[in-house]
Amino acid sequence: MSLHFTKEHEWIRVEGDTATVGITDHAQSQLGDIVFAEAPEAGKQLTKGGDAAVVESVKAASDVYAPASGEVVEANPAIADDPSVINTDPEGEGWFFKLRLSNPSELDGLMDEAAYRAWVETL
Amino acid sequence: MADVPDTELATLPLDAWHRARNGRMVPFAGYHMPVQYEGIIAEHRWTRSHAGLFDVSHMGQLIVPLDATATLETLLPGDLQAMSEARPKYSLLLNPTGGIVDDLMITKRPDGWYLVVNGATKHGDMDVLRAAGLAFTYLADQALLALQGPDAVAVIAAHAPGVSELGFMQAGAFDLGGVQAWISRSGYTGEDGVEISIPASAADAIADLLLADERVRPIGLGARDSLRLEAGLPLYGHDLDETTTPVAADLLFAINKRRRAEGGFAGSDRILAELEQGAITRRVGFTVEGRQPVREGARILDVEGNEVGRVTSGGFSPSLEAPIGMGYVATHLAEPGTALTLEQRGKLFSAAVARLPFVPHNYHRKGKTA
Repeated sequence: MSLHFTKEHEWIRVEGDTATVGITDHAQSQLGDIVFAEAPEAGKQLTKGGDAAVVESVKAASDVYAPASGEVVEANPAIADDPSVINTDPEGEGWFFKLRLSNPSELDGLMDEAAYRAWVETL
Repeated sequence: MADVPDTELATLPLDAWHRARNGRMVPFAGYHMPVQYEGIIAEHRWTRSHAGLFDVSHMGQLIVPLDATATLETLLPGDLQAMSEARPKYSLLLNPTGGIVDDLMITKRPDGWYLVVNGATKHGDMDVLRAAGLAFTYLADQALLALQGPDAVAVIAAHAPGVSELGFMQAGAFDLGGVQAWISRSGYTGEDGVEISIPASAADAIADLLLADERVRPIGLGARDSLRLEAGLPLYGHDLDETTTPVAADLLFAINKRRRAEGGFAGSDRILAELEQGAITRRVGFTVEGRQPVREGARILDVEGNEVGRVTSGGFSPSLEAPIGMGYVATHLAEPGTALTLEQRGKLFSAAVARLPFVPHNYHRKGKTA
Protein backbone atom coordinates (compact mmCIF):
# COMPACT_ATOMS: atom_id res chain seq x y z
CA MET A 1 0.00 0.00 0.00
CA SER A 2 1.15 3.52 -0.76
CA LEU A 3 -0.45 6.89 -0.16
CA HIS A 4 0.08 9.94 -2.38
CA PHE A 5 -1.22 13.53 -2.48
CA THR A 6 -1.76 16.17 -5.17
CA LYS A 7 -1.34 19.94 -4.97
CA GLU A 8 -5.09 20.12 -5.70
CA HIS A 9 -5.69 18.40 -2.33
CA GLU A 10 -6.70 14.92 -3.48
CA TRP A 11 -5.28 11.79 -1.85
CA ILE A 12 -4.85 8.42 -3.58
CA ARG A 13 -4.25 5.17 -1.71
CA VAL A 14 -2.87 2.40 -3.93
CA GLU A 15 -3.34 -1.29 -3.19
CA GLY A 16 -2.14 -3.52 -6.02
CA ASP A 17 -3.48 -2.14 -9.31
CA THR A 18 -6.47 -0.38 -7.75
CA ALA A 19 -6.53 2.91 -5.89
CA THR A 20 -8.99 4.81 -3.68
CA VAL A 21 -9.35 8.58 -4.16
CA GLY A 22 -10.69 11.30 -1.89
CA ILE A 23 -10.06 14.90 -0.80
CA THR A 24 -7.79 15.80 2.07
CA ASP A 25 -8.70 17.02 5.53
CA HIS A 26 -7.25 20.40 4.56
CA ALA A 27 -9.55 20.53 1.51
CA GLN A 28 -12.69 19.74 3.50
CA SER A 29 -11.81 22.31 6.14
CA GLN A 30 -11.35 24.98 3.44
CA LEU A 31 -14.66 24.09 1.77
CA GLY A 32 -16.68 24.08 4.99
CA ASP A 33 -20.00 22.27 5.34
CA ILE A 34 -20.33 19.92 2.37
CA VAL A 35 -23.91 19.55 1.12
CA PHE A 36 -23.47 17.67 -2.15
CA ALA A 37 -20.97 15.32 -3.73
CA GLU A 38 -21.05 13.47 -7.02
CA ALA A 39 -18.56 10.73 -7.80
CA PRO A 40 -18.01 9.32 -11.32
CA GLU A 41 -19.90 6.16 -12.27
CA ALA A 42 -18.20 2.81 -12.54
CA GLY A 43 -16.79 2.26 -16.02
CA LYS A 44 -15.87 5.88 -16.64
CA GLN A 45 -12.34 6.45 -17.96
CA LEU A 46 -10.45 9.22 -16.18
CA THR A 47 -7.32 11.04 -17.28
CA LYS A 48 -4.76 12.31 -14.77
CA GLY A 49 -5.53 15.94 -13.99
CA GLY A 50 -8.99 15.80 -15.59
CA ASP A 51 -12.35 16.43 -13.91
CA ALA A 52 -13.39 13.43 -11.85
CA ALA A 53 -16.00 14.49 -9.29
CA VAL A 54 -17.86 17.50 -7.93
CA VAL A 55 -18.09 18.58 -4.31
CA GLU A 56 -20.22 21.49 -3.13
CA SER A 57 -20.22 23.24 0.21
CA VAL A 58 -22.87 25.70 1.38
CA LYS A 59 -20.84 28.48 -0.23
CA ALA A 60 -19.05 27.07 -3.26
CA ALA A 61 -18.64 24.32 -5.83
CA SER A 62 -15.29 22.66 -6.33
CA ASP A 63 -13.94 20.14 -8.83
CA VAL A 64 -12.11 17.01 -7.79
CA TYR A 65 -9.42 16.00 -10.31
CA ALA A 66 -8.17 12.52 -11.08
CA PRO A 67 -4.74 12.06 -9.42
CA ALA A 68 -3.95 9.36 -11.99
CA SER A 69 -5.46 7.86 -15.15
CA GLY A 70 -7.62 4.77 -15.11
CA GLU A 71 -11.11 3.28 -15.09
CA VAL A 72 -13.54 3.93 -12.25
CA VAL A 73 -14.47 0.61 -10.65
CA GLU A 74 -16.66 1.86 -7.79
CA ALA A 75 -18.22 5.10 -6.56
CA ASN A 76 -18.81 5.55 -2.84
CA PRO A 77 -22.60 5.59 -2.32
CA ALA A 78 -22.17 6.95 1.23
CA ILE A 79 -21.06 10.41 0.07
CA ALA A 80 -24.20 10.85 -2.05
CA ASP A 81 -26.46 9.78 0.83
CA ASP A 82 -24.70 11.87 3.47
CA PRO A 83 -22.11 14.30 2.05
CA SER A 84 -21.19 15.46 5.56
CA VAL A 85 -19.11 12.26 5.92
CA ILE A 86 -16.55 14.07 3.75
CA ASN A 87 -16.25 16.69 6.50
CA THR A 88 -16.09 14.20 9.35
CA ASP A 89 -13.86 11.51 7.79
CA PRO A 90 -12.36 12.86 4.54
CA GLU A 91 -9.42 10.47 4.42
CA GLY A 92 -11.45 7.40 5.48
CA GLU A 93 -15.21 6.80 5.07
CA GLY A 94 -15.52 9.94 2.93
CA TRP A 95 -13.61 8.51 -0.05
CA PHE A 96 -15.02 9.35 -3.49
CA PHE A 97 -14.19 6.52 -5.92
CA LYS A 98 -11.94 3.55 -6.69
CA LEU A 99 -9.82 3.46 -9.80
CA ARG A 100 -8.05 0.71 -11.77
CA LEU A 101 -4.79 2.43 -12.67
CA SER A 102 -3.78 2.40 -16.32
CA ASN A 103 -0.35 3.94 -15.78
CA PRO A 104 0.93 3.54 -12.20
CA SER A 105 4.11 5.44 -13.04
CA GLU A 106 2.00 8.64 -13.03
CA LEU A 107 2.09 8.41 -9.23
CA ASP A 108 5.80 9.21 -9.20
CA GLY A 109 5.20 12.95 -9.48
CA LEU A 110 2.87 13.13 -6.46
CA MET A 111 3.76 14.04 -2.88
CA ASP A 112 4.02 11.59 -0.05
CA GLU A 113 2.12 12.29 3.16
CA ALA A 114 4.95 14.08 4.97
CA ALA A 115 5.67 16.32 1.98
CA TYR A 116 1.97 17.18 1.55
CA ARG A 117 1.38 18.01 5.22
CA ALA A 118 4.50 20.19 5.24
CA TRP A 119 3.41 21.96 2.05
CA VAL A 120 -0.10 22.66 3.44
CA GLU A 121 1.54 24.35 6.45
CA THR A 122 3.05 26.90 4.06
CA LEU A 123 -0.30 27.85 2.45
CA MET B 1 -13.17 41.32 -4.79
CA ALA B 2 -11.18 38.11 -4.58
CA ASP B 3 -8.28 39.51 -6.60
CA VAL B 4 -7.74 42.58 -4.42
CA PRO B 5 -4.34 42.16 -2.72
CA ASP B 6 -4.65 41.66 1.03
CA THR B 7 -2.58 44.76 1.64
CA GLU B 8 -5.21 46.95 -0.02
CA LEU B 9 -8.00 45.68 2.19
CA ALA B 10 -9.16 47.76 5.13
CA THR B 11 -9.69 46.32 8.58
CA LEU B 12 -12.87 46.66 10.60
CA PRO B 13 -12.88 47.80 14.23
CA LEU B 14 -13.53 44.20 15.33
CA ASP B 15 -10.81 42.63 13.14
CA ALA B 16 -8.71 41.34 16.05
CA TRP B 17 -11.88 40.30 17.90
CA HIS B 18 -12.91 38.07 14.96
CA ARG B 19 -9.45 36.53 14.63
CA ALA B 20 -9.29 35.83 18.37
CA ARG B 21 -12.51 33.83 17.98
CA ASN B 22 -11.17 31.82 15.01
CA GLY B 23 -13.17 33.74 12.43
CA ARG B 24 -11.99 32.76 8.94
CA MET B 25 -11.29 36.09 7.28
CA VAL B 26 -12.01 36.69 3.58
CA PRO B 27 -11.98 39.78 1.36
CA PHE B 28 -15.46 41.31 1.10
CA ALA B 29 -16.50 44.84 0.09
CA GLY B 30 -12.91 46.00 0.42
CA TYR B 31 -12.47 44.71 3.98
CA HIS B 32 -11.19 41.64 5.76
CA MET B 33 -14.40 40.08 7.06
CA PRO B 34 -15.26 36.83 8.84
CA VAL B 35 -17.01 34.33 6.57
CA GLN B 36 -17.48 31.73 9.31
CA TYR B 37 -16.42 30.65 12.78
CA GLU B 38 -17.56 27.11 13.64
CA GLY B 39 -19.36 26.45 10.33
CA ILE B 40 -22.06 28.03 8.21
CA ILE B 41 -24.80 25.47 8.86
CA ALA B 42 -24.29 25.47 12.65
CA GLU B 43 -24.17 29.30 12.71
CA HIS B 44 -27.28 29.53 10.52
CA ARG B 45 -29.24 27.19 12.79
CA TRP B 46 -28.01 28.95 15.93
CA THR B 47 -29.33 32.27 14.61
CA ARG B 48 -32.72 30.74 13.79
CA SER B 49 -32.99 29.18 17.27
CA HIS B 50 -31.09 31.57 19.61
CA ALA B 51 -29.18 34.77 18.76
CA GLY B 52 -26.37 35.48 16.30
CA LEU B 53 -24.00 38.46 16.52
CA PHE B 54 -22.98 39.85 13.12
CA ASP B 55 -20.37 42.52 12.44
CA VAL B 56 -21.76 44.67 9.62
CA SER B 57 -19.46 47.63 10.21
CA HIS B 58 -18.49 47.59 6.52
CA MET B 59 -21.88 49.13 5.77
CA GLY B 60 -21.98 52.90 5.31
CA GLN B 61 -23.75 55.09 7.86
CA LEU B 62 -24.62 58.58 6.65
CA ILE B 63 -26.49 61.59 8.01
CA VAL B 64 -28.27 63.89 5.55
CA PRO B 65 -29.68 67.14 6.95
CA LEU B 66 -33.43 67.15 7.54
CA ASP B 67 -33.81 70.31 5.44
CA ALA B 68 -32.66 68.30 2.39
CA THR B 69 -35.85 66.22 2.32
CA ALA B 70 -36.99 67.53 -1.06
CA THR B 71 -33.63 66.78 -2.71
CA LEU B 72 -33.49 63.33 -1.14
CA GLU B 73 -36.95 62.64 -2.54
CA THR B 74 -35.55 63.17 -6.04
CA LEU B 75 -33.35 60.09 -5.52
CA LEU B 76 -35.50 57.81 -3.32
CA PRO B 77 -39.07 56.71 -4.12
CA GLY B 78 -40.19 56.75 -0.47
CA ASP B 79 -42.62 59.29 1.00
CA LEU B 80 -40.07 60.98 3.27
CA GLN B 81 -42.43 63.88 4.06
CA ALA B 82 -44.82 61.47 5.72
CA MET B 83 -42.20 59.60 7.75
CA SER B 84 -42.40 59.61 11.53
CA GLU B 85 -39.27 59.95 13.61
CA ALA B 86 -37.43 56.76 14.59
CA ARG B 87 -39.34 54.51 12.18
CA PRO B 88 -36.82 52.98 9.76
CA LYS B 89 -37.96 52.26 6.21
CA TYR B 90 -36.44 50.22 3.42
CA SER B 91 -35.74 52.36 0.37
CA LEU B 92 -33.85 52.43 -2.91
CA LEU B 93 -31.31 54.83 -4.36
CA LEU B 94 -32.22 55.14 -8.04
CA ASN B 95 -30.41 56.26 -11.20
CA PRO B 96 -32.01 58.41 -13.93
CA THR B 97 -33.17 55.34 -15.86
CA GLY B 98 -34.86 53.79 -12.83
CA GLY B 99 -32.08 51.30 -12.10
CA ILE B 100 -31.20 50.52 -8.49
CA VAL B 101 -27.92 52.15 -7.38
CA ASP B 102 -28.29 50.69 -3.88
CA ASP B 103 -30.85 49.46 -1.38
CA LEU B 104 -30.76 51.04 2.05
CA MET B 105 -32.49 51.76 5.34
CA ILE B 106 -33.54 55.33 6.07
CA THR B 107 -34.64 56.69 9.45
CA LYS B 108 -35.69 60.18 10.48
CA ARG B 109 -33.67 61.16 13.55
CA PRO B 110 -33.39 64.45 15.45
CA ASP B 111 -29.91 64.94 13.91
CA GLY B 112 -30.98 64.24 10.32
CA TRP B 113 -31.87 61.48 7.89
CA TYR B 114 -29.89 58.42 8.98
CA LEU B 115 -29.01 56.18 6.02
CA VAL B 116 -27.46 52.71 6.25
CA VAL B 117 -26.12 51.67 2.84
CA ASN B 118 -24.24 48.64 1.52
CA GLY B 119 -20.50 48.39 2.14
CA ALA B 120 -19.49 47.62 -1.43
CA THR B 121 -21.49 50.55 -2.81
CA LYS B 122 -21.14 53.22 -0.13
CA HIS B 123 -18.55 55.37 -1.90
CA GLY B 124 -20.56 55.31 -5.14
CA ASP B 125 -23.69 56.19 -3.17
CA MET B 126 -21.93 59.19 -1.71
CA ASP B 127 -20.95 60.30 -5.22
CA VAL B 128 -24.62 60.14 -6.23
CA LEU B 129 -25.65 62.21 -3.20
CA ARG B 130 -22.92 64.79 -3.92
CA ALA B 131 -23.93 64.99 -7.58
CA ALA B 132 -27.47 65.80 -6.46
CA GLY B 133 -26.09 68.68 -4.39
CA LEU B 134 -26.64 67.00 -1.03
CA ALA B 135 -24.40 67.76 1.93
CA PHE B 136 -24.05 64.79 4.26
CA THR B 137 -21.88 63.39 7.01
CA TYR B 138 -20.22 59.97 6.62
CA LEU B 139 -20.15 58.39 10.06
CA ALA B 140 -16.85 56.57 9.39
CA ASP B 141 -16.19 56.13 13.10
CA GLN B 142 -19.43 54.30 13.85
CA ALA B 143 -19.44 50.49 14.02
CA LEU B 144 -22.59 48.52 13.24
CA LEU B 145 -23.54 45.22 14.86
CA ALA B 146 -26.61 43.09 14.19
CA LEU B 147 -28.00 40.77 16.85
CA GLN B 148 -30.53 38.47 15.20
CA GLY B 149 -32.69 35.58 16.32
CA PRO B 150 -35.54 34.78 18.69
CA ASP B 151 -33.43 35.49 21.82
CA ALA B 152 -31.83 38.67 20.45
CA VAL B 153 -34.13 41.26 22.03
CA ALA B 154 -34.13 39.57 25.45
CA VAL B 155 -30.30 39.57 25.37
CA ILE B 156 -29.91 43.23 24.48
CA ALA B 157 -32.77 44.40 26.71
CA ALA B 158 -30.80 43.10 29.71
CA HIS B 159 -28.20 45.81 28.95
CA ALA B 160 -30.40 48.46 27.32
CA PRO B 161 -33.73 48.57 29.15
CA GLY B 162 -36.47 49.79 26.85
CA VAL B 163 -35.33 48.01 23.70
CA SER B 164 -38.01 45.35 24.20
CA GLU B 165 -40.64 48.13 23.88
CA LEU B 166 -39.64 48.67 20.26
CA GLY B 167 -41.84 47.05 17.61
CA PHE B 168 -40.41 45.72 14.36
CA MET B 169 -39.09 48.67 12.34
CA GLN B 170 -38.89 51.04 15.29
CA ALA B 171 -35.68 52.59 16.60
CA GLY B 172 -34.25 54.85 19.26
CA ALA B 173 -31.23 56.11 21.19
CA PHE B 174 -30.31 53.92 24.16
CA ASP B 175 -27.63 53.55 26.77
CA LEU B 176 -26.09 50.14 26.07
CA GLY B 177 -23.64 49.14 28.80
CA GLY B 178 -22.59 52.76 29.26
CA VAL B 179 -22.25 53.42 25.54
CA GLN B 180 -24.50 55.74 23.54
CA ALA B 181 -26.15 53.47 20.94
CA TRP B 182 -28.71 53.90 18.18
CA ILE B 183 -30.73 50.69 18.09
CA SER B 184 -33.25 49.64 15.42
CA ARG B 185 -35.48 46.61 15.73
CA SER B 186 -34.66 45.40 12.25
CA GLY B 187 -32.25 43.17 10.37
CA TYR B 188 -31.75 41.14 7.24
CA THR B 189 -32.14 37.53 8.35
CA GLY B 190 -35.93 37.16 8.60
CA GLU B 191 -35.59 36.90 12.39
CA ASP B 192 -36.53 39.28 15.16
CA GLY B 193 -33.53 41.29 16.27
CA VAL B 194 -31.73 44.60 16.37
CA GLU B 195 -29.10 46.58 14.54
CA ILE B 196 -26.81 48.56 16.82
CA SER B 197 -24.83 51.63 15.80
CA ILE B 198 -22.06 52.44 18.29
CA PRO B 199 -18.75 54.34 18.24
CA ALA B 200 -16.03 52.14 16.73
CA SER B 201 -13.96 52.65 19.89
CA ALA B 202 -16.66 50.82 21.88
CA ALA B 203 -17.19 47.96 19.42
CA ASP B 204 -14.95 45.44 21.23
CA ALA B 205 -16.54 46.11 24.60
CA ILE B 206 -20.11 45.87 23.27
CA ALA B 207 -19.39 42.74 21.25
CA ASP B 208 -17.88 41.14 24.39
CA LEU B 209 -20.86 42.24 26.47
CA LEU B 210 -23.34 40.61 24.09
CA LEU B 211 -21.25 37.48 23.53
CA ALA B 212 -20.99 36.92 27.30
CA ASP B 213 -24.63 35.81 27.15
CA GLU B 214 -24.67 32.08 26.44
CA ARG B 215 -27.55 32.56 23.99
CA VAL B 216 -25.25 34.55 21.65
CA ARG B 217 -22.64 33.24 19.20
CA PRO B 218 -20.61 35.16 16.60
CA ILE B 219 -21.92 34.54 13.08
CA GLY B 220 -20.09 35.08 9.80
CA LEU B 221 -21.02 36.37 6.37
CA GLY B 222 -21.67 32.86 5.05
CA ALA B 223 -24.65 32.30 7.33
CA ARG B 224 -25.80 35.88 6.84
CA ASP B 225 -26.11 35.07 3.14
CA SER B 226 -27.99 31.78 3.64
CA LEU B 227 -30.32 33.42 6.21
CA ARG B 228 -31.23 36.35 3.95
CA LEU B 229 -31.77 33.99 1.00
CA GLU B 230 -34.18 31.81 3.02
CA ALA B 231 -35.92 35.06 4.07
CA GLY B 232 -36.37 35.96 0.39
CA LEU B 233 -34.38 39.20 0.77
CA PRO B 234 -32.40 40.46 -2.23
CA LEU B 235 -28.66 41.12 -1.95
CA TYR B 236 -27.29 44.17 -3.72
CA GLY B 237 -24.74 43.37 -6.42
CA HIS B 238 -26.33 39.96 -6.94
CA ASP B 239 -30.14 40.19 -6.99
CA LEU B 240 -30.16 43.95 -7.54
CA ASP B 241 -28.01 46.22 -9.68
CA GLU B 242 -28.18 49.34 -11.83
CA THR B 243 -29.95 47.45 -14.61
CA THR B 244 -32.85 46.27 -12.44
CA THR B 245 -35.82 48.45 -11.62
CA PRO B 246 -37.89 48.29 -8.42
CA VAL B 247 -40.77 46.78 -10.44
CA ALA B 248 -38.63 43.98 -11.90
CA ALA B 249 -37.06 43.43 -8.48
CA ASP B 250 -40.54 43.07 -6.90
CA LEU B 251 -39.83 45.85 -4.40
CA LEU B 252 -42.99 47.88 -5.03
CA PHE B 253 -43.53 48.42 -1.30
CA ALA B 254 -40.59 50.86 -1.41
CA ILE B 255 -42.63 53.19 -3.66
CA ASN B 256 -45.26 54.95 -1.59
CA LYS B 257 -48.72 55.96 -2.68
CA ARG B 258 -48.01 59.70 -2.96
CA ARG B 259 -44.85 59.09 -4.95
CA ARG B 260 -46.72 56.76 -7.34
CA ALA B 261 -49.22 59.51 -7.96
CA GLU B 262 -46.73 62.38 -8.23
CA GLY B 263 -43.53 60.77 -9.53
CA GLY B 264 -40.61 63.19 -9.44
CA PHE B 265 -37.91 60.70 -8.43
CA ALA B 266 -35.01 59.45 -10.52
CA GLY B 267 -36.29 57.17 -13.27
CA SER B 268 -39.90 57.71 -12.24
CA ASP B 269 -41.14 57.92 -15.85
CA ARG B 270 -39.95 54.41 -16.56
CA ILE B 271 -40.83 53.00 -13.14
CA LEU B 272 -44.39 54.40 -13.15
CA ALA B 273 -44.92 53.06 -16.68
CA GLU B 274 -43.71 49.63 -15.54
CA LEU B 275 -46.04 49.86 -12.55
CA GLU B 276 -48.92 50.16 -14.98
CA GLN B 277 -47.82 47.81 -17.73
CA GLY B 278 -45.57 45.46 -15.80
CA ALA B 279 -41.85 44.91 -16.24
CA ILE B 280 -40.47 42.44 -18.76
CA THR B 281 -38.79 40.39 -16.05
CA ARG B 282 -39.49 39.74 -12.40
CA ARG B 283 -37.40 38.55 -9.46
CA VAL B 284 -38.64 35.20 -8.17
CA GLY B 285 -37.52 32.52 -5.75
CA PHE B 286 -37.27 28.89 -6.77
CA THR B 287 -36.69 25.47 -5.30
CA VAL B 288 -34.49 22.92 -7.05
CA GLU B 289 -34.99 19.16 -7.21
CA GLY B 290 -32.24 17.02 -5.75
CA ARG B 291 -29.48 18.22 -3.43
CA GLN B 292 -27.02 20.04 -5.67
CA PRO B 293 -27.02 23.83 -5.25
CA VAL B 294 -27.44 25.89 -8.42
CA ARG B 295 -25.37 29.06 -8.16
CA GLU B 296 -25.43 32.64 -9.36
CA GLY B 297 -24.98 32.91 -13.12
CA ALA B 298 -26.75 29.65 -14.05
CA ARG B 299 -29.17 29.99 -16.98
CA ILE B 300 -32.92 29.75 -16.39
CA LEU B 301 -34.86 28.03 -19.19
CA ASP B 302 -38.56 27.57 -19.80
CA VAL B 303 -39.98 24.11 -20.50
CA GLU B 304 -39.23 24.55 -24.21
CA GLY B 305 -35.58 25.26 -23.48
CA ASN B 306 -35.64 29.00 -24.21
CA GLU B 307 -33.44 31.12 -21.96
CA VAL B 308 -35.75 33.28 -19.82
CA GLY B 309 -33.35 34.57 -17.18
CA ARG B 310 -30.38 34.02 -14.89
CA VAL B 311 -29.89 32.86 -11.34
CA THR B 312 -28.81 35.82 -9.17
CA SER B 313 -28.46 34.01 -5.82
CA GLY B 314 -28.27 30.28 -5.32
CA GLY B 315 -27.32 28.08 -2.43
CA PHE B 316 -28.31 25.42 0.00
CA SER B 317 -30.98 26.14 2.61
CA PRO B 318 -29.89 24.75 5.99
CA SER B 319 -33.47 25.07 7.29
CA LEU B 320 -35.10 23.25 4.37
CA GLU B 321 -32.06 21.03 3.67
CA ALA B 322 -32.58 21.66 -0.02
CA PRO B 323 -31.17 23.90 -2.72
CA ILE B 324 -32.96 27.25 -3.20
CA GLY B 325 -32.30 30.37 -5.17
CA MET B 326 -33.49 33.60 -6.71
CA GLY B 327 -33.33 34.94 -10.20
CA TYR B 328 -35.10 36.92 -12.87
CA VAL B 329 -37.56 35.30 -15.26
CA ALA B 330 -39.86 36.59 -17.98
CA THR B 331 -42.88 37.97 -16.09
CA HIS B 332 -45.32 35.41 -17.49
CA LEU B 333 -43.28 32.70 -15.71
CA ALA B 334 -43.28 34.40 -12.30
CA GLU B 335 -46.32 32.62 -10.83
CA PRO B 336 -45.50 30.28 -7.92
CA GLY B 337 -45.50 26.68 -9.08
CA THR B 338 -44.26 27.44 -12.59
CA ALA B 339 -41.84 24.75 -13.75
CA LEU B 340 -38.37 25.95 -14.77
CA THR B 341 -35.20 24.27 -15.96
CA LEU B 342 -31.83 25.51 -14.76
CA GLU B 343 -28.55 24.94 -16.58
CA GLN B 344 -25.27 24.90 -14.71
CA ARG B 345 -21.99 23.74 -16.27
CA GLY B 346 -23.93 21.85 -18.93
CA LYS B 347 -26.12 19.97 -16.45
CA LEU B 348 -29.90 20.49 -16.30
CA PHE B 349 -31.90 20.82 -13.08
CA SER B 350 -35.66 20.80 -12.53
CA ALA B 351 -36.89 23.77 -10.52
CA ALA B 352 -40.16 25.47 -9.63
CA VAL B 353 -41.02 29.08 -8.78
CA ALA B 354 -41.63 29.31 -5.03
CA ARG B 355 -43.44 31.79 -2.84
CA LEU B 356 -41.08 34.06 -0.89
CA PRO B 357 -39.96 33.88 1.84
CA PHE B 358 -38.76 30.27 1.80
CA VAL B 359 -38.74 30.27 5.61
CA PRO B 360 -41.46 32.34 7.35
CA HIS B 361 -40.34 35.67 8.83
CA ASN B 362 -40.24 35.79 12.59
CA TYR B 363 -40.48 39.57 13.01
CA HIS B 364 -41.96 41.11 16.15
CA ARG B 365 -45.20 42.57 14.87
CA LYS B 366 -47.10 45.11 16.96
CA GLY B 367 -49.96 43.63 18.93
CA LYS B 368 -48.35 40.22 18.84
CA THR B 369 -47.03 39.01 22.17
CA ALA B 370 -43.36 38.17 22.18
